[in-house]
Amino acid sequence: MAASREDVKFLSNPKLGLRGKKYCRFRKFGIKYIDYKDADFLLQFINEQGKLLPRRITGNSLKYQRRVATAVKRARHLAILPFVADLMK
Amino acid sequence: MRHYEVNFIVDPVLSGDEVKATAETIQKEIKGAGGTIVHVDEMGLRQLAYQINKRSTGIFYCIEFACESSEWLVKFELNMKRNESILRFLTVKLDKYGVKYNDDKRNGRIGSRSKKKEAPAASALLAAEETGTVSAPEVVDLDV
Repeated sequence: MAASREDVKFLSNPKLGLRGKKYCRFRKFGIKYIDYKDADFLLQFINEQGKLLPRRITGNSLKYQRRVATAVKRARHLAILPFVADLMK
Repeated sequence: MRHYEVNFIVDPVLSGDEVKATAETIQKEIKGAGGTIVHVDEMGLRQLAYQINKRSTGIFYCIEFACESSEWLVKFELNMKRNESILRFLTVKLDKYGVKYNDDKRNGRIGSRSKKKEAPAASALLAAEETGTVSAPEVVDLDV
């Protein structure tokens, strides 16, 4: 059975290379202050073990990555976020 | 004027009056040192992300205050450390965006993204009228 034209079209992932460019959400939306008490917001920047995600994944600019890092560290100190965790999300 | 924010977690084993008394003493201390309290946020009993002194819950408080000098803060933090009914505390200096964020949050302007962008423009006039005296020293502080 020969592959039909439709099958052949999708042998490689059609979405390859279509991924949008990463951007810093703080710069884009004009967020100037990162609230360290807002655990739900900070969850976007940590992985399942409670570790900070790198810039290459979040796309933050250096300035705001540093601020995210301090915010997460403050939240950990106040027991809003855990230092270590399994399956946080 | 410098703006600060002090967070502390009170032991949940204490009775309601004792918890209130602890928060009161801290507020008195701030006032005694010449600070003005901007807002007291009682977040109530919350689950801790990890155990502190074998407690898994705590009563969270957040007090925002403004003061001229910062020397007394060392003493203030030492007193907090000695206070046995406080599990954890954190004092943070707020920049101008932090002050604005807290102000916006109190007035319910933060929550949806579209609102946040409109808020500064729409409320600029209102805020200027309400806190005409407060906003003036803030600007001076930022230059320093």
